[in-house]
Amino acid sequence: MKRYSAFAIAREALRQHTGWDRAWRKASPKKKYDVVIVGAGGHGLATAYYLGKNHGIRNVAILEKGWLGGGNTGRNTTIIRSNYLQDPSAAIYEKSRSLYETMSQDLNYNVMFSPRGVIMLAQTEHEVRGYRRTAHANALQGVETQFIGPEKVKELCPIINLDGPRYPVLGGLWQARGGTARHDAVAWGYARACSDMGMDIIQKCEVTGIRSEGGKVRGVSTSQGDIDCDKLGIVVAGHSGVLAKMAGFRLPIESVSLQALVSEPIKPCMDVVVMANTVHGYMSQSDKGEMVIGGGTDGYNNYTQRGSFHHIEETVRALVETFPMVSRLKMLRQWGGIVDVTGDRSPIISKTPLDGCFINCGWGTGGFKAIPGSGWATAEMIARNEPGPLAAAFGLERFREGRFIDESVAAGVAH
Amino acid sequence: MLTLTCPCCGVKAEESELHGGGEAHLTRFGPGSSEEEFHDYLFARENAKGVHFERWRHVHGCGKWFHAARCTATLQVFGTYSAQTTEPPADLLATIREKRPGWSWRDFS
Ligand SMILES: Cc1cc2nc3c(=O)[nH]c(=O)nc-3n(C[C@H](O)[C@H](O)[C@H](O)COP(=O)(O)OP(=O)(O)OC[C@H]3O[C@@H](n4cnc5c(N)ncnc54)[C@H](O)[C@@H]3O)c2cc1C
Ligand SMILES: [Zn+2]
Repeated sequence: MKRYSAFAIAREALRQHTGWDRAWRKASPKKKYDVVIVGAGGHGLATAYYLGKNHGIRNVAILEKGWLGGGNTGRNTTIIRSNYLQDPSAAIYEKSRSLYETMSQDLNYNVMFSPRGVIMLAQTEHEVRGYRRTAHANALQGVETQFIGPEKVKELCPIINLDGPRYPVLGGLWQARGGTARHDAVAWGYARACSDMGMDIIQKCEVTGIRSEGGKVRGVSTSQGDIDCDKLGIVVAGHSGVLAKMAGFRLPIESVSLQALVSEPIKPCMDVVVMANTVHGYMSQSDKGEMVIGGGTDGYNNYTQRGSFHHIEETVRALVETFPMVSRLKMLRQWGGIVDVTGDRSPIISKTPLDGCFINCGWGTGGFKAIPGSGWATAEMIARNEPGPLAAAFGLERFREGRFIDESVAAGVAH
Repeated sequence: MLTLTCPCCGVKAEESELHGGGEAHLTRFGPGSSEEEFHDYLFARENAKGVHFERWRHVHGCGKWFHAARCTATLQVFGTYSAQTTEPPADLLATIREKRPGWSWRDFS
Protein backbone atom coordinates (compact mmCIF):
# COMPACT_ATOMS: atom_id res chain seq x y z
CA MET A 1 0.00 0.00 0.00
CA LYS A 2 1.30 3.41 -0.90
CA ARG A 3 1.07 5.76 2.05
CA TYR A 4 -1.01 8.89 1.87
CA SER A 5 0.92 12.04 2.79
CA ALA A 6 1.29 15.71 1.90
CA PHE A 7 4.20 14.65 -0.28
CA ALA A 8 2.03 12.11 -2.13
CA ILE A 9 -0.55 14.80 -2.87
CA ALA A 10 2.15 17.07 -4.27
CA ARG A 11 3.60 14.25 -6.35
CA GLU A 12 0.24 13.27 -7.77
CA ALA A 13 -0.67 16.87 -8.46
CA LEU A 14 2.38 17.06 -10.71
CA ARG A 15 1.36 13.97 -12.69
CA GLN A 16 -2.36 14.54 -13.13
CA HIS A 17 -3.29 12.14 -10.30
CA THR A 18 -2.44 9.08 -12.36
CA GLY A 19 -0.53 7.29 -9.61
CA TRP A 20 -3.16 6.64 -6.96
CA ASP A 21 -3.87 3.00 -6.09
CA ARG A 22 -7.29 1.55 -5.41
CA ALA A 23 -7.96 2.00 -1.70
CA TRP A 24 -8.89 -1.69 -1.44
CA ARG A 25 -8.58 -4.65 -3.77
CA LYS A 26 -11.57 -6.04 -5.56
CA ALA A 27 -11.87 -9.60 -4.28
CA SER A 28 -13.85 -12.70 -5.14
CA PRO A 29 -14.48 -15.33 -2.48
CA LYS A 30 -12.03 -18.14 -1.74
CA LYS A 31 -13.33 -21.59 -0.70
CA LYS A 32 -12.42 -21.13 2.93
CA TYR A 33 -11.28 -18.54 5.49
CA ASP A 34 -10.26 -18.71 9.13
CA VAL A 35 -12.82 -16.05 9.92
CA VAL A 36 -15.75 -14.72 7.91
CA ILE A 37 -17.30 -11.44 9.00
CA VAL A 38 -20.82 -10.70 7.71
CA GLY A 39 -21.41 -6.97 7.22
CA ALA A 40 -18.90 -4.40 6.00
CA GLY A 41 -20.12 -1.55 8.17
CA GLY A 42 -17.78 0.17 10.59
CA HIS A 43 -18.13 -2.53 13.24
CA GLY A 44 -17.50 -5.45 10.86
CA LEU A 45 -14.51 -3.75 9.25
CA ALA A 46 -13.03 -2.68 12.60
CA THR A 47 -13.46 -6.24 13.90
CA ALA A 48 -11.54 -7.57 10.91
CA TYR A 49 -8.87 -4.88 11.28
CA TYR A 50 -8.16 -5.69 14.93
CA LEU A 51 -8.25 -9.44 14.21
CA GLY A 52 -5.32 -8.79 11.90
CA LYS A 53 -3.58 -6.06 13.83
CA ASN A 54 -3.94 -7.30 17.43
CA HIS A 55 -4.23 -11.05 16.93
CA GLY A 56 -2.41 -11.83 13.70
CA ILE A 57 -5.48 -13.47 12.10
CA ARG A 58 -5.41 -12.34 8.49
CA ASN A 59 -7.09 -15.07 6.50
CA VAL A 60 -10.34 -13.16 6.80
CA ALA A 61 -13.20 -12.26 4.48
CA ILE A 62 -15.70 -9.48 5.05
CA LEU A 63 -18.95 -10.09 3.17
CA GLU A 64 -21.26 -7.20 2.34
CA LYS A 65 -24.64 -7.49 0.65
CA GLY A 66 -24.60 -3.94 -0.68
CA TRP A 67 -21.66 -1.63 -0.75
CA LEU A 68 -19.13 -1.11 1.99
CA GLY A 69 -20.31 1.45 4.55
CA GLY A 70 -23.75 1.70 2.91
CA GLY A 71 -25.63 0.69 6.06
CA ASN A 72 -25.89 2.80 9.18
CA THR A 73 -22.19 3.60 9.09
CA GLY A 74 -22.80 5.84 6.06
CA ARG A 75 -26.13 7.17 7.37
CA ASN A 76 -25.39 8.41 10.84
CA THR A 77 -24.85 11.87 12.25
CA THR A 78 -21.36 11.02 13.54
CA ILE A 79 -21.61 12.09 17.17
CA ILE A 80 -18.78 10.69 19.27
CA ARG A 81 -18.93 10.79 23.07
CA SER A 82 -18.38 8.47 26.02
CA ASN A 83 -20.38 10.08 28.83
CA TYR A 84 -22.51 7.02 29.61
CA LEU A 85 -23.71 6.10 33.07
CA GLN A 86 -22.82 2.45 33.64
CA ASP A 87 -19.25 1.23 34.11
CA PRO A 88 -19.17 -1.34 31.28
CA SER A 89 -20.47 1.30 28.84
CA ALA A 90 -18.02 3.95 29.97
CA ALA A 91 -15.19 1.44 29.52
CA ILE A 92 -15.97 0.48 25.93
CA TYR A 93 -17.16 3.90 24.72
CA GLU A 94 -14.15 5.65 26.28
CA LYS A 95 -11.78 3.09 24.77
CA SER A 96 -13.47 3.82 21.48
CA ARG A 97 -13.29 7.59 21.83
CA SER A 98 -9.61 7.41 22.66
CA LEU A 99 -8.97 5.19 19.61
CA TYR A 100 -10.65 7.86 17.47
CA GLU A 101 -7.99 10.33 18.60
CA THR A 102 -5.25 8.40 16.82
CA MET A 103 -7.30 6.70 14.12
CA SER A 104 -6.14 8.89 11.23
CA GLN A 105 -2.50 8.11 12.07
CA ASP A 106 -3.14 4.40 12.73
CA LEU A 107 -4.98 3.92 9.45
CA ASN A 108 -3.02 6.50 7.44
CA TYR A 109 -6.43 7.79 6.40
CA ASN A 110 -7.89 11.14 7.37
CA VAL A 111 -11.10 10.40 9.25
CA MET A 112 -11.45 14.08 10.17
CA PHE A 113 -11.95 13.38 13.86
CA SER A 114 -12.99 16.70 15.34
CA PRO A 115 -13.07 16.72 19.15
CA ARG A 116 -15.13 19.89 19.22
CA GLY A 117 -17.08 19.03 22.37
CA VAL A 118 -20.59 17.71 23.00
CA ILE A 119 -23.25 19.30 25.21
CA MET A 120 -26.27 17.29 26.33
CA LEU A 121 -28.82 19.87 27.48
CA ALA A 122 -30.65 19.49 30.76
CA GLN A 123 -34.13 20.94 30.31
CA THR A 124 -36.03 19.48 33.25
CA GLU A 125 -35.15 19.08 36.94
CA HIS A 126 -35.03 15.34 36.27
CA GLU A 127 -32.40 15.79 33.61
CA VAL A 128 -30.37 18.10 35.84
CA ARG A 129 -30.29 15.43 38.52
CA GLY A 130 -29.63 12.69 35.97
CA TYR A 131 -26.70 14.49 34.35
CA ARG A 132 -25.18 15.53 37.66
CA ARG A 133 -25.24 11.87 38.57
CA THR A 134 -23.68 10.93 35.22
CA ALA A 135 -20.95 13.54 35.72
CA HIS A 136 -20.10 12.00 39.12
CA ALA A 137 -20.15 8.50 37.63
CA ASN A 138 -17.89 9.66 34.80
CA ALA A 139 -15.45 11.18 37.29
CA LEU A 140 -15.15 7.77 38.98
CA GLN A 141 -14.77 6.04 35.61
CA GLY A 142 -12.00 8.38 34.50
CA VAL A 143 -14.13 9.94 31.74
CA GLU A 144 -13.72 13.68 31.70
CA THR A 145 -17.15 15.38 31.78
CA GLN A 146 -18.60 18.33 33.59
CA PHE A 147 -22.04 19.60 34.54
CA ILE A 148 -22.27 23.21 33.34
CA GLY A 149 -24.77 26.00 33.96
CA PRO A 150 -26.88 27.84 31.35
CA GLU A 151 -24.40 30.75 30.99
CA LYS A 152 -21.64 28.35 30.04
CA VAL A 153 -23.99 26.61 27.57
CA LYS A 154 -24.69 29.98 25.94
CA GLU A 155 -20.98 30.81 25.84
CA LEU A 156 -20.18 27.51 24.11
CA CYS A 157 -23.12 27.79 21.71
CA PRO A 158 -24.27 31.38 21.17
CA ILE A 159 -27.08 30.47 18.76
CA ILE A 160 -28.96 28.57 21.44
CA ASN A 161 -32.20 29.87 22.94
CA LEU A 162 -31.99 29.39 26.72
CA ASP A 163 -35.62 30.34 27.41
CA GLY A 164 -37.49 28.03 25.07
CA PRO A 165 -41.29 28.17 25.23
CA ARG A 166 -41.62 24.74 26.80
CA TYR A 167 -38.31 23.73 28.31
CA PRO A 168 -35.76 26.35 29.43
CA VAL A 169 -32.12 25.27 29.38
CA LEU A 170 -31.16 24.56 33.00
CA GLY A 171 -27.63 23.37 32.29
CA GLY A 172 -25.89 20.60 30.45
CA LEU A 173 -23.47 17.70 30.54
CA TRP A 174 -20.35 18.82 28.71
CA GLN A 175 -17.77 16.46 27.28
CA ALA A 176 -15.02 18.60 25.79
CA ARG A 177 -13.30 15.60 24.18
CA GLY A 178 -16.39 14.39 22.35
CA GLY A 179 -17.06 15.47 18.79
CA THR A 180 -17.58 14.15 15.29
CA ALA A 181 -15.68 12.33 12.52
CA ARG A 182 -16.27 11.64 8.87
CA HIS A 183 -18.33 8.43 8.79
CA ASP A 184 -17.47 7.25 5.27
CA ALA A 185 -13.79 7.79 5.93
CA VAL A 186 -13.95 5.54 8.98
CA ALA A 187 -15.34 2.69 6.86
CA TRP A 188 -12.98 3.38 3.96
CA GLY A 189 -9.93 3.74 6.19
CA TYR A 190 -10.55 0.40 7.89
CA ALA A 191 -11.34 -1.24 4.54
CA ARG A 192 -8.07 -0.01 3.05
CA ALA A 193 -6.09 -1.25 6.05
CA CYS A 194 -7.85 -4.65 6.02
CA SER A 195 -7.23 -5.08 2.31
CA ASP A 196 -3.60 -4.16 2.85
CA MET A 197 -3.28 -6.99 5.39
CA GLY A 198 -4.48 -9.40 2.69
CA MET A 199 -8.10 -9.66 3.77
CA ASP A 200 -10.86 -9.98 1.17
CA ILE A 201 -13.66 -7.42 1.21
CA ILE A 202 -16.40 -8.85 -0.97
CA GLN A 203 -19.19 -6.47 -1.87
CA LYS A 204 -22.56 -7.39 -3.41
CA CYS A 205 -22.27 -10.70 -1.58
CA GLU A 206 -25.37 -11.38 0.48
CA VAL A 207 -25.32 -14.09 3.11
CA THR A 208 -28.47 -16.16 2.61
CA GLY A 209 -27.83 -19.06 4.97
CA ILE A 210 -25.55 -20.27 7.74
CA ARG A 211 -24.29 -23.84 7.51
CA SER A 212 -23.47 -25.84 10.62
CA GLU A 213 -22.63 -29.40 11.59
CA GLY A 214 -23.12 -30.89 15.04
CA GLY A 215 -23.84 -27.52 16.61
CA LYS A 216 -20.69 -25.98 15.14
CA VAL A 217 -20.54 -23.42 12.36
CA ARG A 218 -19.19 -24.64 9.01
CA GLY A 219 -19.67 -21.68 6.72
CA VAL A 220 -22.17 -19.51 4.94
CA SER A 221 -24.21 -19.67 1.76
CA THR A 222 -24.09 -16.45 -0.20
CA SER A 223 -25.24 -14.91 -3.47
CA GLN A 224 -21.70 -15.68 -4.69
CA GLY A 225 -21.70 -19.33 -3.58
CA ASP A 226 -20.80 -21.25 -0.44
CA ILE A 227 -17.88 -20.07 1.69
CA ASP A 228 -16.44 -22.17 4.52
CA CYS A 229 -14.99 -20.78 7.73
CA ASP A 230 -13.78 -21.85 11.15
CA LYS A 231 -15.36 -18.87 12.85
CA LEU A 232 -18.16 -16.55 11.88
CA GLY A 233 -18.81 -13.01 13.08
CA ILE A 234 -22.28 -11.56 12.48
CA VAL A 235 -22.03 -7.76 12.43
CA VAL A 236 -25.10 -6.59 10.50
CA ALA A 237 -26.86 -4.04 12.78
CA GLY A 238 -30.50 -3.77 11.59
CA HIS A 239 -30.38 -7.20 9.95
CA SER A 240 -29.18 -9.04 13.07
CA GLY A 241 -32.55 -10.72 13.56
CA VAL A 242 -32.46 -12.04 10.00
CA LEU A 243 -28.97 -13.54 10.43
CA ALA A 244 -29.82 -14.90 13.89
CA LYS A 245 -32.77 -16.72 12.37
CA MET A 246 -30.44 -18.32 9.81
CA ALA A 247 -28.25 -19.47 12.71
CA GLY A 248 -31.27 -20.78 14.61
CA PHE A 249 -31.72 -18.39 17.52
CA ARG A 250 -33.67 -15.25 18.39
CA LEU A 251 -32.42 -11.95 19.75
CA PRO A 252 -33.75 -9.38 22.19
CA ILE A 253 -33.73 -6.83 19.38
CA GLU A 254 -36.23 -4.86 17.33
CA SER A 255 -35.25 -3.16 14.06
CA VAL A 256 -36.69 0.30 13.57
CA SER A 257 -36.02 3.25 11.34
CA LEU A 258 -34.00 6.23 12.54
CA GLN A 259 -33.98 9.32 10.36
CA ALA A 260 -31.65 12.28 9.93
CA LEU A 261 -31.50 15.37 7.75
CA VAL A 262 -29.12 18.10 6.68
CA SER A 263 -29.74 21.72 5.81
CA GLU A 264 -28.31 23.83 3.04
CA PRO A 265 -24.71 24.84 3.83
CA ILE A 266 -24.33 28.07 5.75
CA LYS A 267 -21.44 30.02 7.27
CA PRO A 268 -19.92 28.62 10.46
CA CYS A 269 -22.33 29.29 13.33
CA MET A 270 -21.85 26.45 15.77
CA ASP A 271 -18.62 24.69 16.72
CA VAL A 272 -19.94 22.17 19.24
CA VAL A 273 -22.47 19.34 19.09
CA VAL A 274 -25.70 20.02 21.00
CA MET A 275 -28.19 17.32 21.98
CA ALA A 276 -31.57 18.23 23.44
CA ASN A 277 -32.98 14.99 24.76
CA THR A 278 -36.16 16.31 26.32
CA VAL A 279 -37.45 17.96 23.15
CA HIS A 280 -35.88 15.18 21.05
CA GLY A 281 -33.44 16.69 18.63
CA TYR A 282 -29.75 17.30 18.16
CA MET A 283 -27.58 19.30 15.79
CA SER A 284 -24.01 19.98 14.71
CA GLN A 285 -22.43 21.72 11.75
CA SER A 286 -20.45 19.77 9.20
CA ASP A 287 -17.24 21.04 7.65
CA LYS A 288 -19.21 21.79 4.49
CA GLY A 289 -21.45 24.08 6.53
CA GLU A 290 -24.59 21.93 6.52
CA MET A 291 -26.46 21.68 9.79
CA VAL A 292 -26.63 17.95 10.59
CA ILE A 293 -29.84 17.10 12.41
CA GLY A 294 -31.28 14.04 14.05
CA GLY A 295 -34.01 13.01 16.45
CA GLY A 296 -35.80 9.97 17.78
CA THR A 297 -36.59 6.61 16.21
CA ASP A 298 -39.79 5.76 14.39
CA GLY A 299 -42.36 3.76 16.28
CA TYR A 300 -42.59 0.38 14.56
CA ASN A 301 -40.52 -2.47 13.12
CA ASN A 302 -39.23 -1.51 9.72
CA TYR A 303 -36.55 -2.68 7.29
CA THR A 304 -37.07 -0.13 4.53
CA GLN A 305 -34.51 2.60 5.41
CA ARG A 306 -37.38 5.07 5.23
CA GLY A 307 -39.35 6.69 7.99
CA SER A 308 -42.49 8.69 8.60
CA PHE A 309 -42.60 12.38 7.90
CA HIS A 310 -44.17 13.35 11.21
CA HIS A 311 -40.97 12.28 13.00
CA ILE A 312 -38.98 14.70 10.86
CA GLU A 313 -41.50 17.36 11.73
CA GLU A 314 -41.13 16.64 15.46
CA THR A 315 -37.36 16.83 15.21
CA VAL A 316 -37.40 20.11 13.33
CA ARG A 317 -39.94 21.53 15.76
CA ALA A 318 -37.65 20.64 18.66
CA LEU A 319 -34.72 22.33 16.97
CA VAL A 320 -36.59 25.49 16.03
CA GLU A 321 -37.45 25.75 19.71
CA THR A 322 -33.83 25.25 20.77
CA PHE A 323 -32.16 27.16 17.92
CA PRO A 324 -34.62 29.73 16.47
CA MET A 325 -32.33 30.34 13.47
CA VAL A 326 -33.24 26.88 12.19
CA SER A 327 -36.66 28.22 11.16
CA ARG A 328 -34.97 30.11 8.31
CA LEU A 329 -33.04 27.12 6.96
CA LYS A 330 -33.93 25.04 3.95
CA MET A 331 -33.42 21.32 4.43
CA LEU A 332 -31.51 19.59 1.66
CA ARG A 333 -31.67 15.87 2.23
CA GLN A 334 -33.36 13.43 4.58
CA TRP A 335 -32.83 9.68 4.94
CA GLY A 336 -33.28 6.74 7.27
CA GLY A 337 -31.27 3.81 8.55
CA ILE A 338 -32.45 0.60 10.22
CA VAL A 339 -31.20 0.50 13.78
CA ASP A 340 -31.09 -2.54 16.06
CA VAL A 341 -32.51 -1.58 19.44
CA THR A 342 -32.18 -3.67 22.62
CA GLY A 343 -34.32 -3.33 25.74
CA ASP A 344 -31.58 -1.79 27.88
CA ARG A 345 -30.20 0.37 25.04
CA SER A 346 -26.84 -1.37 25.34
CA PRO A 347 -25.12 -3.44 22.66
CA ILE A 348 -24.55 -7.18 22.43
CA ILE A 349 -21.05 -8.56 21.93
CA SER A 350 -21.46 -12.23 22.49
CA LYS A 351 -20.97 -15.86 21.77
CA THR A 352 -24.13 -17.46 20.43
CA PRO A 353 -25.89 -20.82 20.83
CA LEU A 354 -24.06 -21.91 17.66
CA ASP A 355 -20.46 -22.89 18.39
CA GLY A 356 -17.92 -20.77 16.49
CA CYS A 357 -20.52 -18.11 15.67
CA PHE A 358 -20.20 -14.72 17.35
CA ILE A 359 -22.42 -11.68 17.20
CA ASN A 360 -21.92 -7.94 17.53
CA CYS A 361 -25.16 -5.94 17.38
CA GLY A 362 -27.64 -3.86 19.32
CA TRP A 363 -25.73 -0.59 18.93
CA GLY A 364 -29.04 0.87 17.89
CA THR A 365 -29.04 4.60 17.51
CA GLY A 366 -25.56 5.20 18.88
CA GLY A 367 -22.90 2.89 17.55
CA PHE A 368 -20.84 5.09 15.27
CA LYS A 369 -18.90 6.40 18.25
CA ALA A 370 -18.23 2.81 19.29
CA ILE A 371 -16.74 1.49 16.05
CA PRO A 372 -13.07 1.19 17.06
CA GLY A 373 -13.71 0.03 20.64
CA SER A 374 -16.32 -2.46 19.53
CA GLY A 375 -14.09 -3.82 16.77
CA TRP A 376 -11.27 -4.16 19.28
CA ALA A 377 -13.46 -6.07 21.76
CA THR A 378 -15.15 -8.25 19.14
CA ALA A 379 -11.84 -9.22 17.55
CA GLU A 380 -10.52 -10.21 20.97
CA MET A 381 -13.59 -12.39 21.58
CA ILE A 382 -13.34 -14.10 18.18
CA ALA A 383 -9.59 -14.68 18.48
CA ARG A 384 -9.77 -16.15 22.00
CA ASN A 385 -13.21 -17.78 21.81
CA GLU A 386 -14.09 -15.86 24.98
CA PRO A 387 -15.08 -12.24 25.50
CA GLY A 388 -12.33 -10.15 27.05
CA PRO A 389 -12.75 -7.49 29.75
CA LEU A 390 -14.32 -4.88 27.43
CA ALA A 391 -16.97 -7.24 26.05
CA ALA A 392 -17.67 -9.50 29.04
CA ALA A 393 -20.66 -7.54 30.39
CA PHE A 394 -22.34 -7.32 26.98
CA GLY A 395 -23.12 -11.03 26.52
CA LEU A 396 -26.55 -12.26 25.45
CA GLU A 397 -26.93 -14.06 28.79
CA ARG A 398 -27.40 -10.74 30.57
CA PHE A 399 -31.06 -10.76 29.55
CA ARG A 400 -31.61 -14.19 31.05
CA GLU A 401 -29.77 -13.20 34.21
CA GLY A 402 -31.47 -9.82 34.58
CA ARG A 403 -28.07 -8.12 34.53
CA PHE A 404 -29.02 -5.21 32.30
CA ILE A 405 -26.74 -2.35 31.41
CA ASP A 406 -29.39 0.31 31.55
CA GLU A 407 -28.48 3.25 29.34
CA SER A 408 -31.98 4.42 28.56
CA VAL A 409 -31.12 7.77 30.15
CA ALA A 410 -27.76 8.23 28.45
CA ALA A 411 -29.33 7.23 25.16
CA GLY A 412 -32.55 9.18 25.77
CA VAL A 413 -32.53 10.59 22.29
CA ALA A 414 -31.04 8.79 19.35
CA HIS A 415 -27.46 9.83 18.77
CA MET B 1 -47.38 7.72 6.56
CA LEU B 2 -48.74 4.50 8.01
CA THR B 3 -52.52 4.23 8.20
CA LEU B 4 -54.32 1.42 10.03
CA THR B 5 -58.06 0.93 10.39
CA CYS B 6 -58.90 0.51 14.06
CA PRO B 7 -61.12 -2.60 14.33
CA CYS B 8 -62.56 -1.31 17.62
CA CYS B 9 -64.04 1.99 16.43
CA GLY B 10 -63.68 1.66 12.66
CA VAL B 11 -61.68 4.87 12.23
CA LYS B 12 -58.99 4.91 9.56
CA ALA B 13 -56.25 6.14 11.84
CA GLU B 14 -52.97 7.65 10.76
CA GLU B 15 -49.76 6.87 12.55
CA SER B 16 -49.59 9.94 14.75
CA GLU B 17 -52.83 8.94 16.52
CA LEU B 18 -51.56 5.41 17.13
CA HIS B 19 -48.94 3.93 19.37
CA GLY B 20 -47.04 0.75 18.56
CA GLY B 21 -47.02 -1.96 21.20
CA GLY B 22 -44.53 -4.46 19.76
CA GLU B 23 -44.87 -8.09 18.75
CA ALA B 24 -48.31 -9.70 19.11
CA HIS B 25 -49.38 -13.20 20.19
CA LEU B 26 -46.73 -13.56 22.86
CA THR B 27 -47.39 -16.39 25.30
CA ARG B 28 -47.15 -15.01 28.80
CA PHE B 29 -45.08 -16.83 31.37
CA GLY B 30 -45.02 -15.90 35.02
CA PRO B 31 -43.92 -17.35 38.36
CA GLY B 32 -43.27 -21.08 38.15
CA SER B 33 -42.13 -21.02 34.54
CA SER B 34 -38.62 -21.94 33.50
CA GLU B 35 -35.95 -19.26 33.05
CA GLU B 36 -35.91 -20.03 29.36
CA GLU B 37 -39.65 -19.47 28.99
CA PHE B 38 -39.60 -16.28 31.00
CA HIS B 39 -36.63 -14.92 29.05
CA ASP B 40 -38.22 -15.69 25.72
CA TYR B 41 -41.51 -14.14 26.75
CA LEU B 42 -39.84 -10.94 27.91
CA PHE B 43 -37.05 -10.50 25.38
CA ALA B 44 -36.76 -12.89 22.42
CA ARG B 45 -38.43 -11.36 19.37
CA GLU B 46 -39.13 -12.50 15.82
CA ASN B 47 -38.21 -9.04 14.46
CA ALA B 48 -39.10 -10.49 11.05
CA LYS B 49 -38.09 -8.92 7.76
CA GLY B 50 -41.41 -9.53 6.07
CA VAL B 51 -44.77 -10.45 7.58
CA HIS B 52 -45.07 -9.22 11.15
CA PHE B 53 -47.95 -9.41 13.64
CA GLU B 54 -47.98 -6.60 16.12
CA ARG B 55 -49.98 -4.73 18.73
CA TRP B 56 -51.16 -1.17 18.34
CA ARG B 57 -53.12 1.19 20.54
CA HIS B 58 -55.50 3.76 19.10
CA VAL B 59 -54.17 6.15 21.67
CA HIS B 60 -55.57 9.46 20.37
CA GLY B 61 -58.83 7.81 19.30
CA CYS B 62 -60.91 5.22 21.09
CA GLY B 63 -57.96 4.29 23.31
CA LYS B 64 -58.27 0.55 22.65
CA TRP B 65 -55.66 -2.03 21.73
CA PHE B 66 -55.81 -4.03 18.51
CA HIS B 67 -53.57 -6.17 16.29
CA ALA B 68 -52.17 -5.55 12.82
CA ALA B 69 -50.45 -7.70 10.19
CA ARG B 70 -47.87 -5.77 8.23
CA CYS B 71 -44.84 -6.38 6.03
CA THR B 72 -41.74 -4.77 7.51
CA ALA B 73 -39.85 -5.09 4.22
CA THR B 74 -42.39 -3.17 2.10
CA LEU B 75 -44.62 -1.45 4.70
CA GLN B 76 -47.67 -3.11 3.11
CA VAL B 77 -50.55 -3.54 5.57
CA PHE B 78 -52.40 -6.85 5.28
CA GLY B 79 -55.09 -6.03 7.80
CA THR B 80 -56.05 -5.30 11.39
CA TYR B 81 -58.05 -7.40 13.83
CA SER B 82 -59.28 -7.58 17.38
CA ALA B 83 -56.78 -8.15 20.17
CA GLN B 84 -59.22 -10.58 21.86
CA THR B 85 -57.66 -13.59 20.17
CA THR B 86 -54.65 -15.85 20.35
CA GLU B 87 -54.17 -16.15 16.62
CA PRO B 88 -54.81 -14.10 13.47
CA PRO B 89 -58.20 -14.66 11.79
CA ALA B 90 -58.29 -17.34 9.08
CA ASP B 91 -59.23 -14.96 6.25
CA LEU B 92 -56.30 -12.69 7.06
CA LEU B 93 -53.92 -15.67 7.05
CA ALA B 94 -55.35 -16.67 3.67
CA THR B 95 -54.74 -13.15 2.29
CA ILE B 96 -51.14 -13.20 3.50
CA ARG B 97 -50.56 -16.69 2.09
CA GLU B 98 -51.75 -15.48 -1.27
CA LYS B 99 -49.56 -12.36 -1.23
CA ARG B 100 -46.47 -13.96 0.30
CA PRO B 101 -46.33 -17.62 -0.80
CA GLY B 102 -44.18 -19.80 1.43
CA TRP B 103 -44.35 -17.36 4.28
CA SER B 104 -44.20 -18.35 7.95
CA TRP B 105 -44.01 -16.52 11.28
CA ARG B 106 -43.54 -18.45 14.50
CA ASP B 107 -46.29 -21.11 14.42
CA PHE B 108 -48.34 -19.41 11.73
CA SER B 109 -47.98 -19.99 8.03
C1 LIG C 1 -29.89 8.41 11.10
C2 LIG C 1 -28.89 7.80 12.04
C3 LIG C 1 -28.14 8.62 12.87
C4 LIG C 1 -27.20 8.09 13.73
N1 LIG C 1 -26.42 8.93 14.47
C5 LIG C 1 -25.43 8.44 15.24
C6 LIG C 1 -24.54 9.32 15.93
O1 LIG C 1 -24.65 10.54 15.83
N2 LIG C 1 -23.56 8.78 16.70
C7 LIG C 1 -23.42 7.43 16.84
O2 LIG C 1 -22.54 7.01 17.58
N3 LIG C 1 -24.23 6.57 16.17
C8 LIG C 1 -25.22 7.03 15.38
N4 LIG C 1 -26.05 6.16 14.70
C9 LIG C 1 -25.89 4.71 14.88
C10 LIG C 1 -24.77 4.16 14.03
O3 LIG C 1 -24.93 4.58 12.69
C11 LIG C 1 -24.78 2.63 14.05
O4 LIG C 1 -24.86 2.15 15.38
C12 LIG C 1 -23.50 2.06 13.43
O5 LIG C 1 -23.20 2.70 12.23
C13 LIG C 1 -23.66 0.59 13.22
O6 LIG C 1 -22.58 0.12 12.46
P1 LIG C 1 -22.54 -1.36 11.97
O7 LIG C 1 -21.26 -1.56 11.31
O8 LIG C 1 -22.91 -2.25 13.10
O9 LIG C 1 -23.78 -1.44 10.97
P2 LIG C 1 -23.96 -1.01 9.40
O10 LIG C 1 -23.11 0.14 9.06
O11 LIG C 1 -25.42 -0.90 9.20
O12 LIG C 1 -23.36 -2.27 8.69
C14 LIG C 1 -24.02 -3.51 8.61
C15 LIG C 1 -23.82 -4.02 7.21
O13 LIG C 1 -24.28 -5.35 7.14
C16 LIG C 1 -24.76 -5.55 5.83
N5 LIG C 1 -25.62 -6.74 5.79
C17 LIG C 1 -26.85 -6.89 6.31
N6 LIG C 1 -27.34 -8.11 6.02
C18 LIG C 1 -26.40 -8.75 5.31
C19 LIG C 1 -26.32 -10.05 4.71
N7 LIG C 1 -27.32 -10.93 4.79
N8 LIG C 1 -25.18 -10.37 4.04
C20 LIG C 1 -24.15 -9.49 3.92
N9 LIG C 1 -24.19 -8.26 4.47
C21 LIG C 1 -25.29 -7.88 5.15
C22 LIG C 1 -25.49 -4.26 5.54
O14 LIG C 1 -25.65 -4.06 4.13
C23 LIG C 1 -24.59 -3.22 6.17
O15 LIG C 1 -23.68 -2.62 5.28
C24 LIG C 1 -27.02 6.68 13.81
C25 LIG C 1 -27.78 5.84 12.98
C26 LIG C 1 -28.70 6.39 12.08
C27 LIG C 1 -29.49 5.47 11.19
ZN1 LIG D 1 -60.18 3.08 17.64
